[in-house]
Amino acid sequence: MKKNHPARFHPVSAPDFLPLEQLQGLQLHRLQGMVQRAYDHVPLFHQRMAERDLKPADVNSLADVTKLPFTVKTDLRDTYPFGLFASPMRDIVRLHASTGTTGKPIVVAYTKEDIGVWENVIMRSFAACGLHAGDVIQNAYGYGLFTGGLGAHYGGEALGATVIPISGGNTQRQLMVMKDFGSTAICCTPSYFLHLLEQATEFGVNFKELPLRAGVFGAEPWTESMRRRIEAESGIKAYDIYGLSEIIGPGVAMECECQVGPHIFEDWFYPEILDFKTGKPVTDGEEGELVLTTLGKQAMPMIRYRTRDITALTTGRCECGRTLRRIQRIGRRSDDMFIIRGVNVYPSQIETALLKVEGTLPHYQIILTREKGLDEVEVQVEVTREVFGDTVGALEQVQRRLCQSVETLTGLRVGVRMVQPQTIQRSEGKAKRVIDQRKM
Amino acid sequence: MKLKQLSLFLENKPGALSRPMRLLARAKFNILTLSIAEANQFGILRLILRDWEAAKKLLEKNGFVVRVTDMVAVQVSDQPGGLSKILDLLEKARINVEFMYAFTEKRENKAVLVFRFDDPDNAIKILRQRKVNVVASVDLLKQAEAI
Repeated sequence: MKKNHPARFHPVSAPDFLPLEQLQGLQLHRLQGMVQRAYDHVPLFHQRMAERDLKPADVNSLADVTKLPFTVKTDLRDTYPFGLFASPMRDIVRLHASTGTTGKPIVVAYTKEDIGVWENVIMRSFAACGLHAGDVIQNAYGYGLFTGGLGAHYGGEALGATVIPISGGNTQRQLMVMKDFGSTAICCTPSYFLHLLEQATEFGVNFKELPLRAGVFGAEPWTESMRRRIEAESGIKAYDIYGLSEIIGPGVAMECECQVGPHIFEDWFYPEILDFKTGKPVTDGEEGELVLTTLGKQAMPMIRYRTRDITALTTGRCECGRTLRRIQRIGRRSDDMFIIRGVNVYPSQIETALLKVEGTLPHYQIILTREKGLDEVEVQVEVTREVFGDTVGALEQVQRRLCQSVETLTGLRVGVRMVQPQTIQRSEGKAKRVIDQRKM
Repeated sequence: MKLKQLSLFLENKPGALSRPMRLLARAKFNILTLSIAEANQFGILRLILRDWEAAKKLLEKNGFVVRVTDMVAVQVSDQPGGLSKILDLLEKARINVEFMYAFTEKRENKAVLVFRFDDPDNAIKILRQRKVNVVASVDLLKQAEAI
């Protein structure tokens, strides 16, 4: 049922293979234009440059980017709604808004040119994972203010693929359409795809018999173990796409068929990895916060935008031949981190601990509570067929091993509660891993 | 020879037991016998029913994790020392009983108990050698139906 398509080169992917020297020349040229544009049209940026006694002409090399001031999420909120726009409204053809992973909405804008850039990077994203004209892309990212739906949509159409704009949610209809329309690719969050997989049997759908062969998964942190589970259970290839509204939406970086981390479309987005605390560049290959500068965004230039996403840049050449650098899969955001009894914990650490004991990742949720001034963590884990036996002792032993594993990895004593399967809420967007019930 | 037991994970909260029971009742499954093991935060419901494969399918379709285990049914005389005699045999043969429970109905002064052993085949062999009446599942079901 799953057809193997020969790798085809799509001309739109040409910039992915630029020789480094040409790529860097292009980056510098575009960076200078971007800084000038922001300086001329965005008062906040102008003021910050002035405070540092900087002029756009001070950017003479790519290394000079480190002199420039940062942009942070609160800048977008503080200037809500239109304060960071560098184009007059008459030139703006589209607005999107992000609820953000945290708090109030932020608004982002696109000129016709910006939409063109976006379409370009989405085409290159789909082409990188082997999709082309003739593919049927089921786009289950939400349509609307969220960038995912429309972003993927226009790139898919431009590539010549058939796009099904089904948007998020309505699991039964997703499965029906996938089967009846013969979707060959799906775009959604990885956790929603797992949800589809779980529901498939009930609705008489066997993924392994469908023509579906690729999943373009993003919009939330996920892990290699989730990828393995998705691929083993569905028979498709799972690709990681990265993006954020503040920069453009999905399509900032995308994995190629080698599946070794998303390549950043560096001709449009300039990446830096900075030490989270000091804001200084880390040594090559080390982990830190991803900071991005848009190199072609007219409506809303973003200079050194702090993404809060934690990753590392891989410099080694990818087997696909792309010269674009790769980021490691983003498994955690500095925003997802929670502090409990003074210990910093990421949900991904808990995930690794559960995985070690169970072999596959169970559905889980982390509940934070405060009892008489003391923080408590409870990890709720759905019982799986693999760990369940008919004796109490066997299950209690699993519970104990889960506790120990979490303690080893995080240094925290946590309560582990086994819960009935299918009782932890599945999300149709970003999976909610941490429920903080502490009253501060 | 061996009897199939379904076990279900249950959370320790109101309604946890009634949900699977309602499902089985609606589909007209009759439970021959059952037992519940309870721990602090959860419980395990163990069921023996005639059409266990269909019951398992139904429960799994409704989101339950179901495990199938082999049980050994043994007929004992319904009088003081009836069980004790069998336990003595098992002790001598160094066979460990994981847990056991009973069928509620009895006939002709005989009760039927179900045992969970680590190695049911070995246990059956030894019990048979010692002339204990290990009930074949077909007989047992007939018996249960006749009552």
